[in-house]
Amino acid sequence: MHIPDGFIDGKTAVVTAVISAVGVGFALRQVRRELPPRRVPLLGLAAAFLFAAQMVNFPVAGGTSGHLVGGTLVAALLGPSAAVVVVTTVLIVQCFLFQDGGVMALGANVFNMAILNSVIGYMIYRMVLQLFRRFGRDALPRVLVPQSGIGPTYDRGRVTAIAFAAWCATVLAAICCAGQLAWSGTIPWLVAFPAMATVHMFIGVGEGLISALVFLAVYRARPDLITETALTDQPQRLGELVRYGLLVTLGVAVFVAPFACSWPDGLDSVAEKFGFGHKMAAPLLPAPAPDYQMPGIHWAVGATAVAGAAGSLIVFVLALLMGRWLVPKPKDL
Amino acid sequence: MSVHLVNHHHGRPDSTVHRLPAALKLGVALVIIVATVLVPIHWRAWFIGVAVLLVLTAGLSQLPLFFLFRRLLVLSPFVLGVVLVNAFQPTGRDNWLTVAVKSILCLLTVILVSNTTPFSQILRVLKSIRVPALLITTIALMHRYLFVLADEVERMRRARASRTFTRGRRFHWNTLATVVGQLFIRASERAERIYDAMCARGWK
Repeated sequence: MHIPDGFIDGKTAVVTAVISAVGVGFALRQVRRELPPRRVPLLGLAAAFLFAAQMVNFPVAGGTSGHLVGGTLVAALLGPSAAVVVVTTVLIVQCFLFQDGGVMALGANVFNMAILNSVIGYMIYRMVLQLFRRFGRDALPRVLVPQSGIGPTYDRGRVTAIAFAAWCATVLAAICCAGQLAWSGTIPWLVAFPAMATVHMFIGVGEGLISALVFLAVYRARPDLITETALTDQPQRLGELVRYGLLVTLGVAVFVAPFACSWPDGLDSVAEKFGFGHKMAAPLLPAPAPDYQMPGIHWAVGATAVAGAAGSLIVFVLALLMGRWLVPKPKDL
Repeated sequence: MSVHLVNHHHGRPDSTVHRLPAALKLGVALVIIVATVLVPIHWRAWFIGVAVLLVLTAGLSQLPLFFLFRRLLVLSPFVLGVVLVNAFQPTGRDNWLTVAVKSILCLLTVILVSNTTPFSQILRVLKSIRVPALLITTIALMHRYLFVLADEVERMRRARASRTFTRGRRFHWNTLATVVGQLFIRASERAERIYDAMCARGWK
């Protein structure tokens, strides 16, 4: 999902850079405020860890292999603000040292992979975990749980939550990436959205599985490393999430909404209204009956949206089953 | 695995290009990239000019040509995918050519700059343009320990390979995830030791 240079035009680059700069600046301030100085080197080490972890290839069927992307995992391990800083660092180093992702596209990449991925992943992780605490069969009074919340009882909820959150975050980041490419006039939305969303629905399954397994491995060996042991609702963190939420909503509203709210056929009128009709409509889907040049393409967009909704349900059930399967039922309570 | 990491190259550090000030190189590169992305494709002169400049720089920098070609060929699959999609669009001919030319020129620029400028100098430039100190510390630490942790992954991979014959796929994923989890634990333990060492040397 690393966008290279030349794929993003001027206006998209400027808008993404501004939104990302605000987001990263806010994350840095937040980290400086809440992270004890003892843990400052951990940010750099976590970034190096993420880079090294991406070198471990997980075999997938048919001789191909995938690797961890990791925004949601780091957010669950270190908290959302630290995750934004860590993933941004990884992206900057990848851009300058390994030419993975462009310089002009850095803002877009930071928005998709560092901000959107980590923040959305963290929010969904928290939401599912709350759901488990309130309604799950594992919901027990805190007093009964050994070591004040760090026990086998929350493991299932955590595994389900992180797997589902990683899937959602991957798919959403891909959709946002498609929106930016379409806004730049590089690929039409009608092609970009189904392609990116479908591919990442499958990639996301792997990402969710790896994230959950890695999280469980860390959690079992060193539960004390995970910041949020008791999962209390700190008002401070809630405010932080609200501000990130506003930023992400703004980004999604700019990049995705103009396309999404207009399909299947109002696209051209919206494009005109926003003043980039000549870019979108003219060179890419040209004059003679543009709507019929690729039959079934509108159908593809609708089908992708439906598949996304169905997919998220299926993935949630899968994540639930995985939690049951990976974490044996606690017997000592 | 760590072979992937050795894909940047400092060539002969005494060439003319290496000796130029880092701020100048970064500034020129940024101008070239921004302009190349923004300029419309029919301004042929600009693209040809940039290409000539880049080829001259590549010659002066004494980087091995084979190395540059290999880096360029390993374009991300993303570039190829988008170019292919555009090539199959009914009148997307111009468009895919634009995208391909622009991204190759930008890629070559970044390759040249990053292989002729030591990373510490890039960090110094970032510091002088007021990038927040916390971000710079994080980037510097990441760059320092990137290769250490990559070696650690390699060692763990070898250790695992020498202890397990091929088992079912289900176990394989679990083993790999444990390796990655262990890597995180080691990284955070290392971070604590680094903090102690930094304090002992008077870091504030």
